Amino acid sequence: MIPELGHFALTLALALAIVQAVVPMVGAATGRAAWMLAGRPAALGQCAAILLAFIALTYAYVVSDFTVLNVVQNSHSAKPMLYKVTGVWGNHEGSMLLWVLILAVFGATVALFGNGLPETLRARVLAVQGAVGVGFLAFVLLTSNPFLRVDGMPPFDGQDLNPLLQDPGLAFHPPFLYFGYVGFSMAFSFAVAALIEGRVDPAWARWVRPWTLAAWIGLTLGIALGSWWAYYELGWGGWWFWDPVENASLMPWLAGTALLHSAVVVEKRDALKSWTILLAILTFALSLLGTFLVRSGVLTSVHAFAVDPDRGVFILALIVLTVGGALALYSWRAPMLAPGGMFRPVSREGTLVLNNLLLSTATATVLIGTLYPLLLEAISDDRVSVGPPYFEATVVPLMIPLVVAMAIGPLLAWKRADLSGVLGRLGAVAGLTAVALMFALYRTTDAPVMALVGLALAAWAIAGSLVELAERIRLFRIPLGASWKRAKGLPGSAWGLSLAHAGLGIALAGMVGSTAFLSERIQVMAAGDTVEIAGYDVTFEEVLQTQGPNYVVERARLTVYRDNAAVAVLEPEKRWYPVARMATTEAAIRTTMFADLYAVLGDQQPGNAAWTVRLYHHPLVPWIWIGSIVMSLGGVASLADRRLRVAITARRAPASAAAQPAE
Amino acid sequence: MRRKHRRMGLLVVALTGVASAAALALTALEDNLLYFYGPSQVDEQGLSTGQRFRLGGLVAYDSVQRLDDGMTITFTVTDMVEEVNVVYVGIVPDLFAEGQGVIANGMLDRDGVFQADEVLAKHDENYMPPEVAEALEQAGHPVQ
Repeated sequence: MIPELGHFALTLALALAIVQAVVPMVGAATGRAAWMLAGRPAALGQCAAILLAFIALTYAYVVSDFTVLNVVQNSHSAKPMLYKVTGVWGNHEGSMLLWVLILAVFGATVALFGNGLPETLRARVLAVQGAVGVGFLAFVLLTSNPFLRVDGMPPFDGQDLNPLLQDPGLAFHPPFLYFGYVGFSMAFSFAVAALIEGRVDPAWARWVRPWTLAAWIGLTLGIALGSWWAYYELGWGGWWFWDPVENASLMPWLAGTALLHSAVVVEKRDALKSWTILLAILTFALSLLGTFLVRSGVLTSVHAFAVDPDRGVFILALIVLTVGGALALYSWRAPMLAPGGMFRPVSREGTLVLNNLLLSTATATVLIGTLYPLLLEAISDDRVSVGPPYFEATVVPLMIPLVVAMAIGPLLAWKRADLSGVLGRLGAVAGLTAVALMFALYRTTDAPVMALVGLALAAWAIAGSLVELAERIRLFRIPLGASWKRAKGLPGSAWGLSLAHAGLGIALAGMVGSTAFLSERIQVMAAGDTVEIAGYDVTFEEVLQTQGPNYVVERARLTVYRDNAAVAVLEPEKRWYPVARMATTEAAIRTTMFADLYAVLGDQQPGNAAWTVRLYHHPLVPWIWIGSIVMSLGGVASLADRRLRVAITARRAPASAAAQPAE
Repeated sequence: MRRKHRRMGLLVVALTGVASAAALALTALEDNLLYFYGPSQVDEQGLSTGQRFRLGGLVAYDSVQRLDDGMTITFTVTDMVEEVNVVYVGIVPDLFAEGQGVIANGMLDRDGVFQADEVLAKHDENYMPPEVAEALEQAGHPVQ
């Protein structure tokens, strides 16, 4: 009964999405106010219906309803409750349901909070959002229905969720990632709506900004969670593999980051409008591409869970329709957009243009490396893969000027900057960087040159954001108390800029440190054996066998000594999931926040009580995730900016943008 | 006039940037492509010693051996027609097992043994790396 209710709610959502896509669009075109308003209840109704469907599926998982095929295939009655719930989106059908739910939630926020928008723009945004919803709801209902019942006798128990996915890091990775992917649909809908309206102005950029920011925060956290999961769960100690599925999430992030920056230029200077619109379309296109790559199983990838060509063709058709349609509209309407303000190359806008060039080129190179194997296979039958060296060779050189410009840009004035004044402040940035570099040289021996360059860049980015912040609050030039007062009065977006840039610098330091200064030991160890790594002595104590809720465990105990004093106990595990007949490795990690000591228990040696043990020392690796969190906090600070909230919720639109409903 | 000039300037900079990035990407791509071969193809291709590629197939039954140093593992990759012997130093993934699909990155040595520097095992019970499935199919042994 409950699954049928969910199925019905989903069908109802499709009907409402069709109404949402058609009625407000026609209303905006013909000037019928009532039709335009119809978008709101339709969007809210669609959201409520999908939420109901999602709750119905969650209920089926929670009570382990093994008459539902999806539950049988992905759950088990002995699974911990947390993973019963997160198992809802740990599979293809459920994750697509989550996808459409988030899409509808974003649409509903426009219906609820978009009171500051001109009525025609809001109607058209809702209509475009509804049209995307129609496509993906049809996809779920026709190819990926999660509510299908089991044919014949329901089984006694389920087949369990892939044990690798039974992990808190991965359980919450998809919702964040999807929040980001799908959130960019708002930028897309605003862009298409603006093209139909034929007008892009600073007010438009202000309206679209909160949604783009929210999506960007979600994607940043989603990618960070995914890489954190890979780091501790896969047992290789790596945090980024340039796997196609990772690239699929990185591309919209790069494009979305570019979009956030170019939208600032539209907002402040009324320039780069046509480019920003294009970027909004392309960012969502890359999100769709990511969904396609992950969900169609076209890729050779350790992540490709879904293997079903029909679904791939369906999503591909959706991409062609959505993106092709939007781009056709763009090529027709974009030339009609009024040209924007002028600026000199050395100006805030100039560096933002540089930022956009570098980020979009980086996106393009990642795209080439990700799709090239597919293209080659399609035309020649050759199976190839593009390895990490390709991405390192192309993306890294593009990131260097990007990070250099990151510290300079915010110090420049809009339109035309006074270079000599900026040089003084850059001197402070360079000074701080030099101090950090001296410290790095003091702490490390024979560091590779590239590692030092990387650390210097990280320091440069952090120093740049500190100097910029100090500049804003006039630190040391006016009394501290007055500076503090200024700091409290700073707009959220100023804090956002500083935090996001500093966060990137912190993450960069983590990436460089963990790559360049990694130590690794692989050793066969029996009870009592000791191995030295990065100044620690690690003693292998014993291996115990115990029982987890739905798995059996072999747990090793290793004691870590520093200068003959025990500082930590590491307990890496090997788990065996009998239902899924799979083993997983649980690494043990001891972090000092400046470095991680990472231990993995390998196989037992045949015939004796010794195990292969792998130990890593990863300097600075936690900074990757600390940096990502700081970046996201920057996004949150910027989102909390009062001026933005006012822009969304103001009862009256700014005079410059008030649209006249045509009577 | 000035606007046009400015635009042209920007366009030239952008195009130079994109062109150099494309050049960078294509050179890097050329150097970093790893071709995938099943055991039958390894024979046909006449691969030279020291050429890196990806080898994929099934881990043959009763072929996995761990050497006494505890770190070296040897096994045979098969597509049910041809076989290639593989040596790997390190810990194999959790899902590595006899009779299961596997992909190894590395190169052939002078004795025709594949020296792997990376071993990837298939991801879950239902999932077979597409290349492995295809290689098996081409060798006349499709996965059921």
